[in-house]
Amino acid sequence: MSIDLQGLLRRPMRATLLAAAIACQLAPALEAAAAEIGQIKVAKGQVSVDRSGQVLAGSIGMRLEVADVVKTGPDGSVGITMNDNSLLSAGPNSILALERFEFDPTTSQGRFDTQLQRGTLAVVSGRIAKQSPQAMTVRTPSAALGVRGTEFVVSADE
Amino acid sequence: MLLPEATGKDAALTVSQDGKQVLLDQPYAGARLAASGPQKYASNAAEVQSRFGQALAAQPARPVQFTLYFIEGRDEFTAESRPLIDGVFAEIAGRPVPDVLVVGHTDTVGSDAANDVLSRQRAEVVRKALIARGIPPEDVVAIGRGKRNLLVLTADSVAEPRNRRVEILVR
Repeated sequence: MSIDLQGLLRRPMRATLLAAAIACQLAPALEAAAAEIGQIKVAKGQVSVDRSGQVLAGSIGMRLEVADVVKTGPDGSVGITMNDNSLLSAGPNSILALERFEFDPTTSQGRFDTQLQRGTLAVVSGRIAKQSPQAMTVRTPSAALGVRGTEFVVSADE
Repeated sequence: MLLPEATGKDAALTVSQDGKQVLLDQPYAGARLAASGPQKYASNAAEVQSRFGQALAAQPARPVQFTLYFIEGRDEFTAESRPLIDGVFAEIAGRPVPDVLVVGHTDTVGSDAANDVLSRQRAEVVRKALIARGIPPEDVVAIGRGKRNLLVLTADSVAEPRNRRVEILVR
């Protein structure tokens, strides 16, 4: 063990490659753990989810992932419960991107960034915002909201 | 553009646009975006309802947490907690797509290993009680945290009834 360490210290290039290899091995496990970030609890009218270039029907019970973009049609609305107990609900003609969600259920530390590209959104913040002010943001095309434990509504209209 | 409501004492929202920022910390405080930056204004329930009624109507039921207590060293409910499982069941049964997280805990009497087992057994007792009442098994996850997450901080080897518990999060 100590011999390996010395070898790595003398050859920083090799150490970098090793670190890269370890990162590659870890990546799938981290992805699997982080895959599920919330669930659609309410869906009315037309609701869809864009995921990795595919358009999926958004139905009650569907589990959501980071980078999902949730859309509602003219008659649609959707309610989502996130793993940190945040609640997001969007009215008709809305586009909501779940850009980033990291949450440690033991410490409540995390990071939650969403973007409302169009439409209306009601938010009840959850454990992430309660634990760390500034850890939750909601952006619209023209403004950024920093959330400190609260309930609010926001719209993004053309 | 933005209307906080039903706020608690620490509640606040900052609205930033082009480097300018306003702070909203009162119920129905709002901000509109303008060329000169965000402008604060006083909104009201009627405006919120007319503009955001459908978004608010789609809000999921709030997560609810229950705590049930256990007899020392055992995976049996206390007499006071036993009847409360029916309320937990009713809360779950009223939700169209519930997910339930059951987390067992112990006090600090005994080894880590023994308490890990006991906390998981307590969580399983709750899970099985819910399944017996008709909750689908796949909707309920049970885990044990041993003596790692004390509700009441104590030294090691302290019998503390409030730490012998199962917390049930219903979403």
